[in-house]
Amino acid sequence: MAYLLKGVSILGAAPTDLYINDGVISAPVPDAEVIDAAGLVALPGLVDVHTHLREPGREDAETVETGSRAAALGGYTAVCAMANTSPVADTAGVVEQVWRLGREAGLVDVQPIGAVTVGLAGKQMAELGAMASSAADVRIFSDDGFCVADPKLMRRALEYVKAFDGVIAQHAEEPRLTEGAQMHEGEVSTRLGLTGWPAVAEEAIIARDVLLAEHVGSRLHVCHVSTAGSVEVLRQAKARGVRVTAEVTPHHLLLTDERAEGYDPVFKVNPPLRTRSDVEALRQALLDGVIDVVATDHAPHAVQDKECEWSYARPGMLGLETALPIVLSVFGPKWDLIADRMSIAPARIAGLDGHGGDLTKAGTPANLTLVDPSVQRVVDPAELASISRNTPYAGMTLPGRIVATFLRGEATVLDGKAVK
Amino acid sequence: MAQPRADAPSKIILAGSDLHRVVDRIAHQILEKTSGATGTVLLGIPTRGVPLAHRLAARIHAFEGVDVPVGSLDITLYRDDLRLQATRALGRTELPAGGIDGLRVILVDDVLFSGRSVRAALDALKDLGRPSSVQLAVLVDRGHRQLPIRADYVGKNIPTALSESVKVALTEIDGADEVKLIGGLT
Amino acid sequence: MIKHLRSAADLDAATATLILDTAAEMAALSGREVKKLPALRGRTVVNLFYEDSTRTRISFEAAAKRLSADVINFSAKGSSVSKGESLKDTALTLQAMGADAVVIRHSASGAPHRLANWVDGSVVNAGDGTHEHPTQALLDAYTMRSRLGRLDGLKVAIVGDVLHSRVARSNVLLLTTLGADVTLVGPPTLIPLDVAAALSKSTKVSYDLDSVLPDSDVVMMLRVQTERMQDSYFPSAREYSRRYGLDMPRMRKLPEHAVVMHPGPMNRGMEIAPEVADSPRSTIVEQVANGVSVRMAVLYLLLGGK
Ligand SMILES: [Zn+2]
Repeated sequence: MAYLLKGVSILGAAPTDLYINDGVISAPVPDAEVIDAAGLVALPGLVDVHTHLREPGREDAETVETGSRAAALGGYTAVCAMANTSPVADTAGVVEQVWRLGREAGLVDVQPIGAVTVGLAGKQMAELGAMASSAADVRIFSDDGFCVADPKLMRRALEYVKAFDGVIAQHAEEPRLTEGAQMHEGEVSTRLGLTGWPAVAEEAIIARDVLLAEHVGSRLHVCHVSTAGSVEVLRQAKARGVRVTAEVTPHHLLLTDERAEGYDPVFKVNPPLRTRSDVEALRQALLDGVIDVVATDHAPHAVQDKECEWSYARPGMLGLETALPIVLSVFGPKWDLIADRMSIAPARIAGLDGHGGDLTKAGTPANLTLVDPSVQRVVDPAELASISRNTPYAGMTLPGRIVATFLRGEATVLDGKAVK
Repeated sequence: MAQPRADAPSKIILAGSDLHRVVDRIAHQILEKTSGATGTVLLGIPTRGVPLAHRLAARIHAFEGVDVPVGSLDITLYRDDLRLQATRALGRTELPAGGIDGLRVILVDDVLFSGRSVRAALDALKDLGRPSSVQLAVLVDRGHRQLPIRADYVGKNIPTALSESVKVALTEIDGADEVKLIGGLT
Repeated sequence: MIKHLRSAADLDAATATLILDTAAEMAALSGREVKKLPALRGRTVVNLFYEDSTRTRISFEAAAKRLSADVINFSAKGSSVSKGESLKDTALTLQAMGADAVVIRHSASGAPHRLANWVDGSVVNAGDGTHEHPTQALLDAYTMRSRLGRLDGLKVAIVGDVLHSRVARSNVLLLTTLGADVTLVGPPTLIPLDVAAALSKSTKVSYDLDSVLPDSDVVMMLRVQTERMQDSYFPSAREYSRRYGLDMPRMRKLPEHAVVMHPGPMNRGMEIAPEVADSPRSTIVEQVANGVSVRMAVLYLLLGGK
């Protein structure tokens, strides 16, 4: 199937006609289906390096298929599925299962992330090599949800994955400093009587890990950076040439800990929402490139895991379908920035060659999304494609509508609706 | 019940010395009917029944040299219309040192209207002790009873329409002595 | 009047004073032979207790019964609550039963706020996690006012494990609303971060009990659980008690008129010496009695009107 995206603006440039044929950006072809793209902006398909798809194990919260659909509707063409499923994705068998489910859904490329340690228990290294050489071709390893807290184990993991150009994605949380933690430690946690999650628990691990990565000459990726202090640690490490990359979530770019005031666990997330000055520092870090990518940490949860007491609720928020609108609302139509931080850089970190390509070049795989930046939409949880409803943005008016998404030339979203 | 608007026309029924004369008359009636007010206790119903009870006691003392004990009896928690209005603040209940058991209790209120306040006062009284008898003294009886209740001592009968209201002001609370009829057609 | 009492921050000075004044009337009425008052006849008050606290439950129960409300005790033991029924499902059950007020005690901070989303009736916080215990603060304020005649300008020292204390949070909020000067005293490990900014700007912090005592009208000793030393909040019970316990020599540093309070249950010998707890300056016994009057006032003001 060939498409002509008529009058499309590639990354905000002057309107042009863009042809898609045989899965790639092509020279003009006859008989292409015409999509009126006047006023629409084409971005390389978004890539999320941090998605929880919940399958296998919690199919009542999300499946690979529903999460893929949510991703496509959010403008994504690839997502990296976190390993904290049940069973944990700590073997070649589980990562291949997730990878196959992604292929069957066919809405985005689902790239499994493998666990660093067996059962995410932080004790024994999982078979990282077997996952790397499996059909799933795993390159990112993470115990996300838990921190690889043992410094010796972290060092070994950083070293070990060099053999297959892997990267350890660390959920930076010193567990002894966050025992029982419920929200950011500060003024609001004191008022609400909720156990605090101090910023230093994140910063201390990042500081340690960049030193370890520097010492062994390995790549490190830091998940969901949430504090101004972490930004400073990363800034210094990058200035020294440490091979570290980092992500920030849309919610940490927008929301603050004051959201916890009503005890609605839809605002409970790990790492927790921080203060206004942290939000400002994270925004600046993303602009400066100290933080490389926006990653959703899309974390669907079943109703009963959120409609309960704050301290009993599971942490996490939906993110895939609102990420681009949030980034647009925070930074405005800085299309080059958005393309880099949400597609090009994450594709590079995850080693996803077909994604984040140059849409102006013929032959680039046709992984792209079309956005109408002129539309303002109110977030309605009932309209989301996720099985879960735990969006913190319910009722907010956000800019931008994803009109169409193409995965290797095939439309996954047309007219704002998933094609399957 | 419907309250007349704040800017509704009003008419002064009793003022200053008229009101004092009415109180004097009630005091005399009490002395007469109770053979000198012995064995009697005056219980004012807050808010304005309380200063009225004190005035009656003072006048009785002035006329006959008798000391009649005075107390207050708050009826808020006994009202049958609590749920019809926003929560009411409580008044004070304070019985005289000698209590009320075996004594003649005269309840004192400013206005007698539906009779519901008096019934609430009787209910409250029952939880406080066992008087030998209970009487009722009011400054104004405006009619429209909803219960089989009548006053033993009435300062002034004021025929009213339901759309009107009677407002009693007392120096101790309001800074002036005055009874006003508000609303209705003048 | 407010609809719920979830936090002492729900109360402005006028409302808090109305509660204390109403409690005084309730206390005056409680001396008589017939203690029952008909004000809440036909109203249903549910005591929903997820934590064992016989004292608080009995206090609320007595308060509701004296106002002639129907009382339903719904405790975690022997009910669906212990079988893992969610707070929301329990709330829907209480809603179906027509609860006019739910008094909730829960180990999770904010549980009363959650509950208020799911029931139409009033929610009264009887202690939630390490958050608040507003009726305890009200009875403490009531006790201070009846002993010392005022709250405005009163100097109150709250001593001990402020970090984990719901009583301390509610007291800081309520007392400062009512014009008292509050100083929090304890080891730095047990004083929460940013406490003045979090609760009330005028709140002061001291790590030195001896320097605070001579200028205090009230000293409120908080319960300190010995388990805290396992978590390195302080090295030993002995050291804690030496630095922050109220013993006789320390009590003598207080001004003549000052009173000693404790929300109970006490760790005698830990935060308070037995002679201090039993001294005439101690208000510990009247605090219990005042609890019923204050809770009557709260229930009446929440449920007594339209
Ligand atoms: Zn994480």
